[in-house]
Amino acid sequence: MDTKATKAIEVTDLTVAYQETPVLWDIDLDVPPGVLLAIVGPNGAGKTTLIKAILGLVRPAAGNVLIYNKPYAAQRRIVGYVPQRGTVDWDFPTNVLDVVMMGRYGALGWIRRPGTKERELAMLALQKVGMEDYKTRQISQLSSGQQQRVFLARALIQDATVYLMDEPFQGVDATTERAIVTLLQELRENGKTVVVVHHDLQTVTDYFDWVTLLNIRRIASGPVDDTFTSDNLRETYGGRIAFMKNR
Amino acid sequence: MEYLSLLLQNHYTLIIVSIGAALLGTVSGALGTYAVLRRQSLLGDAISHAALPGIAIAFMLTGTKTHLILIIGAAIAGWLGSLVILSIVRLTRIKYDSALALVLSTFFGFGLVLHTFIQRTGNANQAGLDKFLFGQAATMLKSDVLTIGILGGVALVLMLIFWKELKLLIFDEGFAASIGFPIRSLDFLLTSLLVIAIVIGLQAVGAVLMSAMLVAPAVAARQWTNRLSLMVIIAAAIGAFSGVIGTIISSVTTRIPTGPTIILCTTVIVGFSIVFAPNRGLLLNRIRQKKNRRIFKLATQKTVLGERIQ
Repeated sequence: MDTKATKAIEVTDLTVAYQETPVLWDIDLDVPPGVLLAIVGPNGAGKTTLIKAILGLVRPAAGNVLIYNKPYAAQRRIVGYVPQRGTVDWDFPTNVLDVVMMGRYGALGWIRRPGTKERELAMLALQKVGMEDYKTRQISQLSSGQQQRVFLARALIQDATVYLMDEPFQGVDATTERAIVTLLQELRENGKTVVVVHHDLQTVTDYFDWVTLLNIRRIASGPVDDTFTSDNLRETYGGRIAFMKNR
Repeated sequence: MEYLSLLLQNHYTLIIVSIGAALLGTVSGALGTYAVLRRQSLLGDAISHAALPGIAIAFMLTGTKTHLILIIGAAIAGWLGSLVILSIVRLTRIKYDSALALVLSTFFGFGLVLHTFIQRTGNANQAGLDKFLFGQAATMLKSDVLTIGILGGVALVLMLIFWKELKLLIFDEGFAASIGFPIRSLDFLLTSLLVIAIVIGLQAVGAVLMSAMLVAPAVAARQWTNRLSLMVIIAAAIGAFSGVIGTIISSVTTRIPTGPTIILCTTVIVGFSIVFAPNRGLLLNRIRQKKNRRIFKLATQKTVLGERIQ
């Protein structure tokens, strides 16, 4: 990895379209290393699609994505992913430890099974998210906050440099939200780059240091202080925003 | 003496047929687990129905009723059917269930036309193709059982080799893709395994009911465990058990076809599992619920009483 790189993620001219109308239009986005970035925008703004396009999960109509100057396929091992909690069937017959160990599947490669080392890494990750007592718990018996912590633990043992997280705060209570934020900030302190799809505008300034405002197009992107302005928000949400009185 | 040797011969057939049905139940039970967990229970139905024209075409082309050749024909057609379904879903706006129904009935209808056509041509060799509709285990030969064993064995070994990959595919496809596993290839593998499990069972169980062999054991097994490995084992055991019992029942009574009998055996096990399983079963759940309610009611009354006394 190029340690002098100035861009952890570099998106250029990215357009994604499923049907007639584009979901993302001509996105340019530079994410510097070591920031905690929130992607913010109204429903249907293309936040999830942007994450998926960065991960190569959707094929863009045009444009280019680089992770530390290389295409995603060459950088898989340094990228961790937390999908939306609702995308999986939590009644799947497996337990917490097993799900967390899935984070090592990429490093293990084909056919090799997780062993003692993976188990230890998974336990460490579970301790970090405060879930070590739940290791043998069937995943359907978890609350939504606990499910989210399990997903985070799975991403942690990927031991990535860049993390992409799709709504990690969705459906979690205040305590879990605090715990997750602390964890994300810890990741940033350790030099990781963390990109988070976020919904709650009230907490953006508290939690994040960078923000990308998205609504099909990239409205603005940069440090929260310069970027998270009422003008930009109005442009992103189309003037339907009333709460930001003091900005 | 003659009677005795006849009896032995009958038993020999029964033993062969039972082994075949047990193998069949094991393979379809184990692989059916994946279909059920992937919410593709009906895909098995489509594949088994779609396999029918393949059997007819294989027979028309080769003129033989060699089990393996008919199975290959069935596999190609079944696989083609599932490919058509997936393509329809991917390329058009038609939803999965509609695509499934469309392909299932079209292929099956085509299969029936071909079968009728073969029957009308009066080919002396044609008798016996009908068994692929409803299944007739009693006609299973030693070589058939061998075919089932080898093909089923290959499918199970592949399932074990790619255990981790298939598990991740079913649980979290997006994550699997993000860490670099080729989703389409894994999907292809899983579908192929399902096709194998289905076509080896067509002779004994029949196209109409084969999907139940995949789905029912897995549904029952899910009731008893929260672990994928155990679920696969239990489903395989249930499949094998009902395969043998169903075969025996239909063998001793001449006029009952095997397929439906096996399915009825599985259904009994499914019913039992839904009601009596310890954690997910209806009965114990209901009892637990009632008990909890009583406890909470008592606790509430005590609190209310305590407040009054104060």
